[in-house]
Amino acid sequence: MTEVLLPQPSEGPGFVQLLTPEGQRVEHPDYALDISDDEIKSLYRDLVMVRRIDTEATALQRQGQLGLWASLLGQEAAQVGAGRALTERDFAFPTYREHGVAYCKGVDPVTLLGLFRGASQGGWDPNENGFGLYTIVIGSQTLHATGYAMGIQRDGGDGAAMAFFGDGATSQGDVNEAFVWAGSFNAPIVFFCQNNQWAISEPVERQSHIPLYRRAEGFGFPGVRVDGNDVLAVLAVTRAALARAREGSGPSLVEAYTYRMAPHTTSDDPSRYRLAADLETWKLKDPVERVKAYLSRHGVADASFFADVSAAADELAAHVRAACIEMADPEPLSLFDHVYAGGSSLLDEERAGMAAYLASFEGESPAAAKLNVGAH
Amino acid sequence: MATLTLAKALNEGLRKAMENDPKVLVMGEDVGQLGGVFRVTDGLSKDFGEDRVIDTPLAESGIIGTAVGLSIRGFRPVCEIQFDGFVFPAFDQIVTQVAKMHYRSSGNVKLPITIRIPYGGGIGAVEHHSESPEAYFAHTPGLKVVTCSNPADAYWMIQQAVACDDPIVFFEPKRRYWDKAEVDTDSSPADLWSARIARSGTDATLITYGPSVRTCLEASAAAAEEGRELEVVDLRALSPIDWETVFTSARKTGHAIVVAEAPVYVSLAAEVAARVTEQCFYSLESPVLRVGGYSTPYPASRIEEDYLPDLDRVLDAVDRAIGF
Ligand SMILES: Cc1ncc(C[n+]2csc(CCOP(=O)(O)OP(=O)(O)O)c2C)c(N)n1
Ligand SMILES: [Mg+2]
Repeated sequence: MTEVLLPQPSEGPGFVQLLTPEGQRVEHPDYALDISDDEIKSLYRDLVMVRRIDTEATALQRQGQLGLWASLLGQEAAQVGAGRALTERDFAFPTYREHGVAYCKGVDPVTLLGLFRGASQGGWDPNENGFGLYTIVIGSQTLHATGYAMGIQRDGGDGAAMAFFGDGATSQGDVNEAFVWAGSFNAPIVFFCQNNQWAISEPVERQSHIPLYRRAEGFGFPGVRVDGNDVLAVLAVTRAALARAREGSGPSLVEAYTYRMAPHTTSDDPSRYRLAADLETWKLKDPVERVKAYLSRHGVADASFFADVSAAADELAAHVRAACIEMADPEPLSLFDHVYAGGSSLLDEERAGMAAYLASFEGESPAAAKLNVGAH
Repeated sequence: MATLTLAKALNEGLRKAMENDPKVLVMGEDVGQLGGVFRVTDGLSKDFGEDRVIDTPLAESGIIGTAVGLSIRGFRPVCEIQFDGFVFPAFDQIVTQVAKMHYRSSGNVKLPITIRIPYGGGIGAVEHHSESPEAYFAHTPGLKVVTCSNPADAYWMIQQAVACDDPIVFFEPKRRYWDKAEVDTDSSPADLWSARIARSGTDATLITYGPSVRTCLEASAAAAEEGRELEVVDLRALSPIDWETVFTSARKTGHAIVVAEAPVYVSLAAEVAARVTEQCFYSLESPVLRVGGYSTPYPASRIEEDYLPDLDRVLDAVDRAIGF
């Protein structure tokens, strides 16, 4: 048996791009984007803020303040483009990497850190900003998004749901079931796949022999591949997909073609499975730099604008850092909180048992602490 | 003799299994070039090729479902589930297909599948990376379940599991992956289905398995300083269990405490406690106690030490048993 892995051409007739890596605006027949320079400046600002949050979190992990971090480096345009297309009426169902979408949805980045610090299992209220809990089990959230969209259909709401997932996730049963359900019920949902080329160490070719966006056709709804490093194109394409969903025309799949510039997470060592040269190629397509090039070249923004954005990003990073370091460890007994909405006699008994046990150490440190064998 | 970490011992054991039988395949997410996220399959792809070490698409139901087909075709798949919390997309295949095919085919179809699952907490991980789901599998007729606690057992048990003609869920104590010990790769191994006396003692018996064996050994060392000799039984096989070794120890000491990380409620520890009570009733001087996880989802890592059974909770139970 020999390995057959067909190439996945990034560009082609279906590939939507509105801003080249060099910062040139280009037109696309299906996706005209009427956008002011001020709006482009604010997109730039979001891109910089999101990258800065990510850099700070990576640093916090290295310094032991976070147990883990899943970096979005390289995927800022995909996330800001989609995040800015979402309105207050829409609900986002993220993976564990959607820090940029969270930011655009108005979630304080500090909120995201509890999970990565080990201080909570997420803990935020999904309804507050229309931003679901981070979902680590690959693909699960795509069905939740589909069900949410079916709910919108049934209660007369006018928003849409957006399911975020990766290229690897497209192999998962749940994701394929979500496609079937959404198609069957014509649900108001956008499936937003960030194809960052990797599922940990496995290249996207392991998951699919055709470009991922073309999978949609078999499920009976349209799919489109967009330059995931082009914030304008992502914004235009996801806006159109959301509009389609809201007007009752059903689901669509957006494949944002991008690249995971960082390790899978801070625990990963990509030198074991990919070439550093690939990073160099993708650096030339950087999502932030191309907007900066556009703004500079057209005299839309001057040095003071860039300095202001950069200062604001540093300020946000300082807030993230301070709040992370100050985040208190949960109280031991809090592990019994929120297991059930209605409480449980079993938990009451266990909580009382643990409280009595902890009280028995009043004034003396447990032997485990003395022998330093508690934490491995 | 070689000094190996538990992860490396598994790696060496897998390598032996693949050398011994060309039908043995390794399959799972990131098991190839990366060598698995814990490097348990490190180097196997390079040495045995991509037809025998298969980086699978990201779909656990697919990993187990295709392993069934490969087995029917005469292969012997060793499937890796990346973390405990990710076995559930495959739960349907494991419970409805893997567990029952030998029975349904009147014994004509053997499914010699090994399902490796790193399990347990204590590594400061995010959710779904620290769970102990062994009871679900031990509760399922048609599956066998084993777990190693140290490098030597890891080396031998993985080979025995792969050679076994029944489907086996093989739990690996992930927080002990980096524990090192001497492994005698020439000796002959103990029976896969036998429990092991990890430490002998006379005052009480700690019945345990997997990651908690080391915890119990540390507790016994601390107890010995206070003049108490605890016996530690490492179950190794969780389904079926070597009851004779367990009962003999419980009858000898008169006190039995079962220690495991999984939530105690309706657990493997509950089964052990019930059996010991049934079979050793007249030799026991105190009720069988259980020390384990609480009836909550696995908590955030910054309080996992309060959730996991540790040395103090084990010794506290010993005090309660002996003081009964
Ligand atoms: C059901 C399940 N299986 C395995 C994993 C382990 N895992 C975490 S991330 C990942 C790769 C995901 O790749 P992709 O969907 O492309 O998303 P990306 O991480 O690239 O954003 C894997 C295998 C998991 N989290 N859930
Ligand atoms: Mg990916």
